[in-house]
Amino acid sequence: MEIFGVSLQGLAGQLLIGLINGSFYAVLSLGLAVIFGQLNIINFAHGALYMMGAFLAWIGLTHFGINYWAALLLVPLLIGLLGIVIERALLRWLYQLDHLYGLLLTFGLALIIEGLFRYYFGISGESYEAPEALRGGVDLGFMFLPLYRGWVVVASLVVCLATWFIIERTKLGAYLRAGTENPKLVQALGINVPLMITLTYGFGVALAGFAGVLAAPILQVNPLMGSNLIIVVFAVVVIGGMGSILGSIVTGLGLGLVEALTRVVYPEASAVVIFVIMVIVLLVRPAGLFGREN
Amino acid sequence: MARPADRSQRLRWVGFGLLLVAGIVAPFVAYPTFLMKLLCFALFACAFNLLLGFTGLLSFGHAAFFGGAGYVCGYVVKHWGVTPELGVLAGTAVAALLGFAFGALAIRRSGIYFAMITLALAQMVYFLALQLPFTGGEDGLQGVPRGHLFGLIDLSDNLAMYYFVFALFVAGFALILRTIHSPFGQVLKAIRENEPRTLSLGYDVDRYKLLAFVISAGLAGMAGATKTLVFQLASLTDVHWHTSGEVVLMTLLGGLGTAMGPVVGAGIIVTLQNELADKVGSWVSVIMGIIFIVCVLAFRRGIVGEIRALAKRLGIS
Repeated sequence: MEIFGVSLQGLAGQLLIGLINGSFYAVLSLGLAVIFGQLNIINFAHGALYMMGAFLAWIGLTHFGINYWAALLLVPLLIGLLGIVIERALLRWLYQLDHLYGLLLTFGLALIIEGLFRYYFGISGESYEAPEALRGGVDLGFMFLPLYRGWVVVASLVVCLATWFIIERTKLGAYLRAGTENPKLVQALGINVPLMITLTYGFGVALAGFAGVLAAPILQVNPLMGSNLIIVVFAVVVIGGMGSILGSIVTGLGLGLVEALTRVVYPEASAVVIFVIMVIVLLVRPAGLFGREN
Repeated sequence: MARPADRSQRLRWVGFGLLLVAGIVAPFVAYPTFLMKLLCFALFACAFNLLLGFTGLLSFGHAAFFGGAGYVCGYVVKHWGVTPELGVLAGTAVAALLGFAFGALAIRRSGIYFAMITLALAQMVYFLALQLPFTGGEDGLQGVPRGHLFGLIDLSDNLAMYYFVFALFVAGFALILRTIHSPFGQVLKAIRENEPRTLSLGYDVDRYKLLAFVISAGLAGMAGATKTLVFQLASLTDVHWHTSGEVVLMTLLGGLGTAMGPVVGAGIIVTLQNELADKVGSWVSVIMGIIFIVCVLAFRRGIVGEIRALAKRLGIS
């Protein structure tokens, strides 16, 4: 059976890749949205921290014998700690200023992190082997599903939904949402808003680190892997709008799939299709699909 | 006794006069190629400053105009055999058109979204430059001839080329000065300071923003097209987002919203890159990042802004 001149198997394979890319878009844009909600800063360093997550996993395995599963837990913690340091040392001086300064400062951070990794590891890239339990795959009848790829999609979705649950359904999430609306009032009610902001940033970048570890066995671990991705994620954020958590997840996954379909139908356009969609969304619905006009 | 305003005006013109003389004798003191690179980036940064410093719009995609115009200029000069001044004109025109399209889209959102949209649109231009058949992919457009200015003056001579670049820079810089001191420029500053208020005073804010964007993009294109002629190369580096970041840094370091700031900032960054690139390699990126952070945290007025503030405190101007 053929669709668009590609076998069903090939199409399913492409869609799976799209779903994986979409999972990364979702996790990263979710982190950006969570950070933006509390700090009003667009974290340009997000891509660099994602790259760092992948590298830490690789360094952990090759130099310290830390296996994948431990890395999946440890690396986000480390990145989160780094995020807390960044927030306390640098970002907190900027809250009274124009939001643009936050973008510029995190851009500077991204340059530093990327430059350091390029210096120590070159740009050729390292490969990271998937853990033993997730090697191989299963035959689904219409396609062969490599286990690790399936795992990436499931793990990302679980993390995304857990984040959604925490923010929308728990008391902590209620504080966060209230802090987004009116930080002064929340502080007056006796909640430690600065601490909440610090932890939010830590959590947001930990998500990026987590995505980095997930990506390590699929993609080449490479100092430039983050910056190329983050620009696409920015477009995803513009398309989805940062108003809603579920919106970010749906937009991320959806755009991953659209990108994969484009790769099947008209491969030359696959690199730009998300930007084209961004243009269309800006023309039709400037606030983004799930955004609120303010 | 002259009034202080007159005096500061006069001081400024004396300053510009001195700089003009410095620009004319410079190629006898320093390497013309280095100076030409510096002038191209200085014009690029001045064009960018018109948008960020005077209108308050942060475009993170100006490399698209700079590098895109470079490709257009390189292509028409190399393959159609047009004279260099027409090549620069073509690059400028295409960049202004592109600026119109990007600007019209980006001003639909403001603040942080504006920056992200321009960045994403510029990335699209980057991918086009990578994939389109006429750009030479990874290699870029190589061997662009400098040609004869107006069909007469041979620009392969570095000194002749330098004065061509210098003339273009002066023209671009004068246009920017004229713009920021015109009533139009005053409205731009009003938008920067308080957009809702400007709107309520009856100004069509979006039109002003768009026009500022187009002028800025066009001049950035002029700088990029000139750079292509100088180095006889249109490359992917010039459309890469790193270049967009560099121009932000130059402007920030020199002084947002000052006429001379971007020139100073471009001078420092280009010199740094020239001095450091072969010695420390990837550390250039780290150093630029550190300068970025220091500027944002402690030095938001930039060098010229600080000097101006100091002069004001000492009562010089």
